Amino acid sequence: MQIFVNGEGQAIDRPTDLSSLLQQLGYSGGTFAVAVNGDFVPRADYPRTEIKGGDTLDVVAPVVGG
Amino acid sequence: MSDPLNLYDKAFNSRLLVGTALYPSPAIMRESVEASGAEIITLSLRRQNPEQQQGKMLWDYIRDSGCQLLPNTAGCKTPREVIALAEMSREIFRTDWLKLEVIGDDYNLQPDPYGSIDAARELVKRGFKVLPYCTDDLVVCRKLLDVGCEVLMPWGAPIGTGRGLLNRYNLRVLRERLPDIPLIIDAGIGAPSQAAEAMEMGFDAVLLNTAIARAQNPVQMAQAFRWAVEAGRSACSAGLMVKRQTASPSTPTLDMPFWQQAGKALQD
Repeated sequence: MQIFVNGEGQAIDRPTDLSSLLQQLGYSGGTFAVAVNGDFVPRADYPRTEIKGGDTLDVVAPVVGG
Repeated sequence: MSDPLNLYDKAFNSRLLVGTALYPSPAIMRESVEASGAEIITLSLRRQNPEQQQGKMLWDYIRDSGCQLLPNTAGCKTPREVIALAEMSREIFRTDWLKLEVIGDDYNLQPDPYGSIDAARELVKRGFKVLPYCTDDLVVCRKLLDVGCEVLMPWGAPIGTGRGLLNRYNLRVLRERLPDIPLIIDAGIGAPSQAAEAMEMGFDAVLLNTAIARAQNPVQMAQAFRWAVEAGRSACSAGLMVKRQTASPSTPTLDMPFWQQAGKALQD
């Protein structure tokens, strides 16, 4: 099955929880935040948020801005 | 603090807010922010892959700067996008302050008044302290206040244009009709003289980015804007003279020497 992470397709074997998925993808530390299918997911909810085929993830970090 | 800028529950010495984008390098950005004297800085969030470390580097500096962070929702076009980005900002930056931007047109980056009001209403309910980027439309500004915004940030001109205060009439009306609301001119300022003019008109502060970051010497320009904002504020407090149609000599005319001789010379 396929999911989309920051706009790019990514294959996963089976539905997984967000916490494990982020770890697999290499995200660590506290300077990122996540939205799934356009909705914010608080960090505390990562372990109980299931990611399944077709889901879209946005993982964002601080950038300069005006 | 003799003349503080009061925004929500905080007081600031500086009346210049600056963005962190478009600088030639992170080092020049840091030096420029320091030279500007700004105590409030804007920044944003964007997609980032795990191998990229720019986010952490920026965050390390921002955290150490001691400035009030003002995350923006630049690029958002719907209230739904705004809400998601705002929540992500609050989690990362640990502040409920938010520069609300809902873009309604890609050509001039004009804020969408309807989307801004809807988004502001929801954000206030969620506990955000919303500083909306808005046009100089009095009725839209009133609606933003009605839904709980305590500060307004009307544009001087479209973002990044450097054209100064394009609609002085509307801006004066805003100032006159909303005398007790903190009004910050946000965007469009290109020169320190324009920032000084905004402050002379009675606006409470100025927010800008491009005019400093794109200067040939950003650090020097940051200092220039700092002085301009301070000068404009001081001028506003002092009270500008009333404009006159006709000339009026400032040097006394009484006892002007040579007057007789000049008249006599003409007779000769």
